[in-house]
Amino acid sequence: MPDLDGIKRYLREYDGESKIIMEVCGTHTASVSENGIADMLSPKIKLISGPGCPVCVTVAAYIDRLIELAMEENTTVISFGDMLRVTGSRLSLRDAAAVGGSVKIVYSPFEAISLAKASPERRFVFAAVGFETTTPIYALMSEQIINEDIKNLLLLTALKTMPAAIRAVSGANITGFLAPGHVGVITGHRLFEELARELGKPFVTAGFKGEELLAAIYALTKLKSGAALNLYPSAVTYEGNVRAREITNKYFEPCRAAWRGLGIIDGSGMKLRDEYSFLDIGSSGLVNDSVKDKGCRCGDVITGRISPRGCPLFGRVCTPDTPCGACMVSTEGSCFHYYINGRV
Amino acid sequence: MKITMAHGSGGRATSQLINDVFKNANSNPVLDMMEDAAVVAGSGRIAVTTDSFVITPLFFKGGDIGRLAVCGTVNDLLMRGAIPKYITSAYIIEEGADTDDLRRIAESMAETAREAGVIVVAGDTKVTEGSGNVYINTTGVGFVPEDTDIKSSDCKLGDALIVSGDLGEHHAAIMSRRMGIENNIKSDCAPLGEMVMNMIDAGIELHAMRDITRGGLGTVLNELASASGCGFELNEADIPVTPEVEGFARILGLNIMHMGNEGKLAAVVAERDAERALGIIKNSRYGAAAAIIGRVTGGEGVVMNTRLGGKRVITELFGEGLPRIC
Repeated sequence: MPDLDGIKRYLREYDGESKIIMEVCGTHTASVSENGIADMLSPKIKLISGPGCPVCVTVAAYIDRLIELAMEENTTVISFGDMLRVTGSRLSLRDAAAVGGSVKIVYSPFEAISLAKASPERRFVFAAVGFETTTPIYALMSEQIINEDIKNLLLLTALKTMPAAIRAVSGANITGFLAPGHVGVITGHRLFEELARELGKPFVTAGFKGEELLAAIYALTKLKSGAALNLYPSAVTYEGNVRAREITNKYFEPCRAAWRGLGIIDGSGMKLRDEYSFLDIGSSGLVNDSVKDKGCRCGDVITGRISPRGCPLFGRVCTPDTPCGACMVSTEGSCFHYYINGRV
Repeated sequence: MKITMAHGSGGRATSQLINDVFKNANSNPVLDMMEDAAVVAGSGRIAVTTDSFVITPLFFKGGDIGRLAVCGTVNDLLMRGAIPKYITSAYIIEEGADTDDLRRIAESMAETAREAGVIVVAGDTKVTEGSGNVYINTTGVGFVPEDTDIKSSDCKLGDALIVSGDLGEHHAAIMSRRMGIENNIKSDCAPLGEMVMNMIDAGIELHAMRDITRGGLGTVLNELASASGCGFELNEADIPVTPEVEGFARILGLNIMHMGNEGKLAAVVAERDAERALGIIKNSRYGAAAAIIGRVTGGEGVVMNTRLGGKRVITELFGEGLPRIC
């Protein structure tokens, strides 16, 4: 592989076959924007954002259920900050908090345990959203809840796994994938090798620094269909984190899941196993995704069908201050990044 | 001792609290008169500013709410080129607060006031129901030297943009504390009088100045750009930030450009004075890591040349700057 300057020159002057590369992971989307990468590429290389922002793919019914719980007497919903501003069918959790709903932001799921212990008479519900990277933490949290016999902390889950989503978005127009590095830490590069073979498209596992992304894009213009390359070996091994997968599988099992923009996909989610279902406060069946703004095209953005700027609401009614869809809310959302970093 | 509603009654318990905690730490001839209003000397153009301070936790690496309450107000005066002279301090204390904590806060405030060259001339204490929190409002008064007129709307094409040191430290320190993350990041909370006065004394053509607090440099620059009808072009490689804060921000998905400081300023100076101003800041207390990071352009908004060689737009902060999932 050439040096960084060589890669930059190559990508700027690239005049081969047109390439459409999907950044699957929200953190890749963030890094592409923050480094100004899109404007360093030849017009023949196009980057599109994918479904790898956990908040963005959460359906309205899930948010609505969180809001109902937050409004219930003696109940507090605990969530990561990202989730608060996402609108369900009508309201967001923040709206609910403004009219008396009880919502608490935490930075780590383990804070939820301290909260629950500190107020044993109150019921706490954790909004457990995330991908392969976050689910092991919920597994550890579940283990602690059981070991310490904490009765007043429950989970409302909307957990998802990447492979099915990647299959679902892998339309004919996408010529290659920047494989999500954080997910790879858990699943191992092996998963992407298998997906590459199955889908007949190249996958490159990439780190999150600007130069790592440029190298990965370079590789994606060179790799043959079905080939996979791990350019993030310092964090992603071939087999991944076996222990994290074991603890995940101890508490969770695959299930059908509803994705904003993709609909219901078999085996694309994770739910608490039957023997631990006493920790679940009714996560199944939350599939409805009717959103307030009918013009919102988050679903098309997540699946790479349009760029954020292709949505008629983008930058007009939909801004980070007045988001219509989740993609404009999350700091991993593609609309948010196109807006705040002026990405074209 | 714990604060109770009696400490807010206006009676004996109140005066005891004031005498023990607040007057002791801030003793000076004006305050010690304990009159209903302070009468102070001064002439010329007067700068006035007020700010309320609400922070969890009250004590953090590199400072506390007392130091913060002085720095925030003093720095606001300085940004208009005013020489800070007097501040007031009003405490709203929730029941259950600890008098030892209050004493530490008052002492820290007094020490910071001494450093900043201001005296506390008036104060107030109220007690309210709650859970032991403390809120402080300070109002500052300063005097503006005759030929000095520094304002947000005066940025001019070609001006140099200087920041006085590493970005994001206060924000990262507070967030680390709240999240229980162990690291060595300290708040940069500091009064910036020395560097500002040295620049003014040296006759630097200062067009605009802002302290970089909530909302971070990105928000400050967008406000300056819109007030002056200009744009800014920045070079990411020149922006000072410690590897520790940069790493912290990366892990949490925070943007350095939107992280607050409490002891840093952005100065827009005439291009011919840029190097001289930089030298003065670097030689002043709290300015060692200062750098020229960009310039004023004819466009609009703030554009950054990234370290990698791309371009990105820097907006003001949207939302609260919360960490992401994952």
